[in-house]
Amino acid sequence: MNKRLFLFIPLVFFVLLGLLFWRGLSLNPNEKPSALVNKPFPEFTLSVLAAAENPQHLVRASRNDIIGRVSLVNVWATWCTTCLAEHEFLNRLKSQGVLIYGIYYPIDFVEEKSGAEEWLRDLHNPYVFTVVDEDRKLGMNLGVFGTPETFVLDKKGMIRHRHLGDVNEMVWVNELQPLLQALEKE
Amino acid sequence: MHADWLSLVPEIGQLSLIIAFCFSVALFLLPLWGSYRNNLLMMLSARSIAAGFFIFVLISFLCLTWSFTQNDFSVAYVATNSNSLLPMHYKISAVWGGHEGSLLLWILMLSGWTFAVALFSRSIPLELQARVLSVMGFVAIGFSLFILITSNPFDRNLPIPPQEGNDLNPLLQDIGLIIHPPVLYMGYVGFSVVFAFAIAALLTGRMDSAWARWSRPWAIIAWGFLSLGVAMGSWWAYYELGWGGWWFWDPVENAAFMPWLVGTALIHSLAVTEKRGLFKSWTILLAIFAFSLSLLGTFLVRSGVLTSVHAFANDPERGLFILGFLLVVVGVSLVLYAIRAPVVKGAQGFDWLSRETFLLANNILLVVVMLVVLIGTLYPLIADALGLGKISVGAPFFNMFFLPLMGLLCLLMAVGPVLNWKKTQPALLKTLLLKPWVISLLIGLLFPLFYAEKYSIPVAVAVFIASWITTALISDFIYRLRHADSFISGFKKLSMSYYAMSIAHVGVAVSLIGIVLSSHYSQERDLRLQLGQVVEMAPYQFTLKSLIPIRESNYIADQADIEVQKNGKFLEILSPQKRRYLARGDVMTEVALDAGLLRDIYIAMGDKLSDDAWAMRIHVKPFVRWIWLGAIFMALGSLLAVIDKRYRTKTAEVSL
Repeated sequence: MNKRLFLFIPLVFFVLLGLLFWRGLSLNPNEKPSALVNKPFPEFTLSVLAAAENPQHLVRASRNDIIGRVSLVNVWATWCTTCLAEHEFLNRLKSQGVLIYGIYYPIDFVEEKSGAEEWLRDLHNPYVFTVVDEDRKLGMNLGVFGTPETFVLDKKGMIRHRHLGDVNEMVWVNELQPLLQALEKE
Repeated sequence: MHADWLSLVPEIGQLSLIIAFCFSVALFLLPLWGSYRNNLLMMLSARSIAAGFFIFVLISFLCLTWSFTQNDFSVAYVATNSNSLLPMHYKISAVWGGHEGSLLLWILMLSGWTFAVALFSRSIPLELQARVLSVMGFVAIGFSLFILITSNPFDRNLPIPPQEGNDLNPLLQDIGLIIHPPVLYMGYVGFSVVFAFAIAALLTGRMDSAWARWSRPWAIIAWGFLSLGVAMGSWWAYYELGWGGWWFWDPVENAAFMPWLVGTALIHSLAVTEKRGLFKSWTILLAIFAFSLSLLGTFLVRSGVLTSVHAFANDPERGLFILGFLLVVVGVSLVLYAIRAPVVKGAQGFDWLSRETFLLANNILLVVVMLVVLIGTLYPLIADALGLGKISVGAPFFNMFFLPLMGLLCLLMAVGPVLNWKKTQPALLKTLLLKPWVISLLIGLLFPLFYAEKYSIPVAVAVFIASWITTALISDFIYRLRHADSFISGFKKLSMSYYAMSIAHVGVAVSLIGIVLSSHYSQERDLRLQLGQVVEMAPYQFTLKSLIPIRESNYIADQADIEVQKNGKFLEILSPQKRRYLARGDVMTEVALDAGLLRDIYIAMGDKLSDDAWAMRIHVKPFVRWIWLGAIFMALGSLLAVIDKRYRTKTAEVSL
């Protein structure tokens, strides 16, 4: 075979890439949500953070523990200042009876769990429980690229909405609360 | 207001830019035409045209700087990126704080490199010289057109200019921004020279050792700048963003990192091409890749196809232009490559245990890592384009591939430098590497035992590899001195390139230590800190002593004074701030850092919790400085490599 043909490989590769960019220019990357909307929440079995308010004294939790009722699943981390900003508001939601599950998402593979446990102790715990996404597989399955992120789950455990960034008064009133109320009626 | 003609400075800048564009067209056409017609005069004109191009871009750049220093808010770009309250040094660095100005800086660098090629390449054949400069001219046409058509920094806000500017983004009001972009661009744009050499070689059909020797210093120095630029960016992110992280796998970081990876492969492959005349086509391809990835980086950052913290004002028109330019430059290069690159026929072989083999492995690994980063960066785009939805790829993906591949690369790096070209006797390896291996293994195994309570295997592996790289170099050095009469005479006999290589490799070992140790031994606490309260993070104790309001010309701040003690003994006071910049009302975290060779103490303020309590983030990060120290070593290595005397042959002769 003619060896020169091999030298055309980079060109072919490049043309494909060029087509991709052409397409990419017409899309808006900030409009992220989501491939996951209306898909079932991914399976997982992960250990649960020790915390004072852990009604069932779970040590490990899986998908079955969080489905059944309309809920929020909030991805957070201790290094994340926005999570800190949002935390107080989540506490308020909890007091209004909103079910919130936490996914603790360590950015660094050595980050200690104790930091997260302290966080929940010092800042109060808005979560029914928080699972530790040790190998960050769950985060990857959810397409998490930064924290905080909040997913809305319906009674069947389907993801119905994904919110990027902190949950605050405005987001709650305009976006999440109406959706949650609608889902409760389903 | 100023004298009449001074108010026209932006127009002078604009005009100079147009003249510079004309020069770039001339630079592309005349020497190239001359090289095919064998017209000496036209080929020689390349040098003067390059000088003219540089001078007019410089004038244009100075005009923009002038408008910034004079607070000329009738210039739209100045009004968007500056403010009369801004201190003078930030007004100057604000010139490249936004898209238009940073593009002008880019072109200034390009013209500077072009001029440097014209100055320092008199010893290479005129035909090649003319073609190299002509390719540079072509790149210059693209960028000049880009700035003139889509991103003119001299656009006016007339007839009613704003009274006050919008201010420079406070994140960018920092020493890091003053130096990071120029250094990074030096690296990015520097690869255009090697690219020009590669294209000129394809046009001439001459790709021999001499060609590799001419292009090598340019590749090395560009790589040195890029190493430094990337490291500075990481350092800036570390102390300015307030997360305590130093690498985020952000698309724009990746955009700078990919050319670095390919550039690293390139300087190694160039070594093989120069010394042994092998890997020619591969070297050319890497040169094209390195510059293409620089262009790709520009496209990704400025077109808005990906989201990133480095948000430039995005505009699809700009994206389209760069994409078009990218297609032309890379497409033409690759077509040329496919048609003209030399096909290997029965090349001289080499044994598996040889320097060639290891350099080949180095190249393959680096290119694979680059592809991983490329895929990770573009995956969201690919998924979106194919209608799979909007997804993002984060650090876990990158780390999963990056860490093992780079670990393997570092391991090879211990062995590679001591090997001979062509063939190495296994016995020699035993002499050179066995002792260092035993010593390093011991150091590696023992270090985690003494350093921390919990034994960490990754740390042991990293320390072992880093020590092996270093001790193998020392062992090789001693071996090379074995015939010397004295240490001094032997020391002088070894070439500058040898020392350059050694220093750069030690730099990699140093960075490796920094990366692994800082990520494994960092302590990090987010906590509520109340006045007078003591927080323990062994062996340090932190006490919040006072909270003071601060007022400066362009911001107000809350400052916390925190006393740091080590084992109960007073160490220092650290004063992080939470600033609110007046012009835009942006809130910024100003980190307090106690930097040290063995550890950094890092305090960032979170939110105010009550009148006497703040949320704070305290990190103790061992060896984190080594990450950047290693990059300084690498840059130093590249500097030493280019001053090696074999690159300075025949400069005295005037070549005609």
